[in-house]
Amino acid sequence: MQLVLEKRAERSNTIALISPLIAIGLTIVTMVILFAILGKNPLLALQAYFIAPLTDSYSLQEIAVKATPLVMIAIGLSLCYLANAWNIGAEGQFLIGAVAGSWIAVKTQGTDAGAWVLPVMLVLAAAAGALYALIPAICKVKFGASEILTSLMLVYVADLFLDYLVRGPWRDPHGFNFPTTAEFDPVATVPLLIEGGRLHLGSIIALLVVAAVAILLGRTIKGFEIRVVGAAPRAARFGGFNSNQLIILTFAVSGALAGLAGIIEVAGPVGHLQPGISPGYGFTAIIVAFLGRLNPLGILIAGLFLALTFIGGEQAQIAMKIPLDVTKVFQGILLFYVLACDSLILYRFKLVFPNRQVARGTH
Amino acid sequence: MELIEAIILAVLAASTPLLIAATGELVTERSGVLNLGVEGMMIIGAASGFAGAWLTGSIFIGALFGIVAGTLMSLVFALMALGLAVNQVATGLALTILGVGLSGLIGAGFVGERITPAMHLNIPGLTDIPLIGRVLFGEDAFVYFSLALVVGVWWFLYRTRPGLILRACGDNHVSAHALGYPVLRIRTIAVMFGGACAGLAGAYLPLAYTPFFIPGMTAGRGWIALALVVFSSWRPGRLVVGAYLFGAVTILQLHAQGWGVGIPSQLMSALPYLATVIVLVLLSRARTGGSTAPAALGTVFVPDR
Repeated sequence: MQLVLEKRAERSNTIALISPLIAIGLTIVTMVILFAILGKNPLLALQAYFIAPLTDSYSLQEIAVKATPLVMIAIGLSLCYLANAWNIGAEGQFLIGAVAGSWIAVKTQGTDAGAWVLPVMLVLAAAAGALYALIPAICKVKFGASEILTSLMLVYVADLFLDYLVRGPWRDPHGFNFPTTAEFDPVATVPLLIEGGRLHLGSIIALLVVAAVAILLGRTIKGFEIRVVGAAPRAARFGGFNSNQLIILTFAVSGALAGLAGIIEVAGPVGHLQPGISPGYGFTAIIVAFLGRLNPLGILIAGLFLALTFIGGEQAQIAMKIPLDVTKVFQGILLFYVLACDSLILYRFKLVFPNRQVARGTH
Repeated sequence: MELIEAIILAVLAASTPLLIAATGELVTERSGVLNLGVEGMMIIGAASGFAGAWLTGSIFIGALFGIVAGTLMSLVFALMALGLAVNQVATGLALTILGVGLSGLIGAGFVGERITPAMHLNIPGLTDIPLIGRVLFGEDAFVYFSLALVVGVWWFLYRTRPGLILRACGDNHVSAHALGYPVLRIRTIAVMFGGACAGLAGAYLPLAYTPFFIPGMTAGRGWIALALVVFSSWRPGRLVVGAYLFGAVTILQLHAQGWGVGIPSQLMSALPYLATVIVLVLLSRARTGGSTAPAALGTVFVPDR
């Protein structure tokens, strides 16, 4: 007896819709087993992970705050993945955006610079993220170097660059030698939506990005080109679409969005530049992009869900001493199930008994 | 003289995990499968390897733990990418994300613990020869094993029939299937070999390189190993050159930091990663007249029954 795949005549839309839900269900079952192995009460753990963060206003705001960078990065990545361009260095573009924006914040610190500071920081961060993402894109288009490897290598470079800046030239002179810049001035800070709360303007920007990309993909020729180049490269060539140009474009857009997310995180919830500003947003966003089926609305929901696991993970650590790494395991397993369930959209699983297949030939 | 000897020894030690992991991945890719999860399998190998050695006090058993853990991880990949025909790039990324998380869980109890690192060979007389003695006759077992592994893989790929069949699967899975070869089974074995090597390479880090485990200690070595396979044009011999070159860059940056060269230490630390990018660009550029990569690399194959 063996399991084989049989191609469906056409993709199943029902399964396309419910497959992320099946994946989440399977992940939760796996987590229950993992919690039991760790010697924790699975029901209490699930409650801490998924229910507790939804019950108070602070945690709800915190979920939106965490979802903001995840959604922005994942939206950009989804464009790349739709066009079959594999940008996996969003973490580096996030950090470079944070650095570029912080440059203005650090240079204007203590001066009477006006309200122009924050907008310039945002623009500069997006530009820097886009430029940083263009390095692997150009290496791919001009020289054929694998964009997967080059974009990832640049994550480490960006991380070290940030580390150098906050330990060297940008270190806060009154910071007791901690590797961090001074707190940003109010004009260099992303404003809060509710006084005394956590929610900030960045979440609104993220929603605008979702809407803009939904329109780009659904209503414009460029969006159509992106989808065709990824889904049917041959047809795209016949259609005269320039796939190299689209690689450059999607990388630049995703880099810009990651860079923007970086400065919003630094000038918003964090408030200063320091190492470790990202708990791996650039990588988690890959999961968000796939869980959201590379669809803008799907990504918004998936981003909120993954943000919930971050907050839930912190609460589970505090309440039940469950290690934070469980969150990463959870996210990794989730991505596996999402990908496996996606296979069901194109294929049907069949159990076959070997004695029946003898008579058939190949092709 | 002693400094040169110390540098060569350090380069060999830094290169060995890259060489082992890249050799495994080379076999996987030669069968037509792109497993981007090397980093994840390595870090799991490091955590399990340290756990095994710490619990039993035996470096050998630690290495076995690493191999088994890496193989198990690669089986997850095989199930997904080969069994369920999922996109290999996405699956490999998932494997790395999962591996980093799981290694944190496995290794959490062992952070701060130390073990006695792997013994180095010592042949009285030979090992004492100045300059070359310790380099040739004073290494740990992993270093010798890694070179034997490369020779073995070269012999297998180019001098045996199963090796030829494996390469056929990587170049044209439809033809290989038409000839009656079990493409998916062969690829599964190749993926498992890659996993075993990555697990061993990861285990080398806490067992021989530094005698303790820290989370994330592979620090991108799995990705550099992937780049090395491209660097080698999928040939085992060139892999040795590439791995030692990268080991040299890693060690030189450490020494340059020690000499107090007026360059920020972070720039020196970034060198291996920058070198990877530059090498990838130069090599891809130098290659004219078609790629040397296995033709079916990274493509999904569902047998047409």
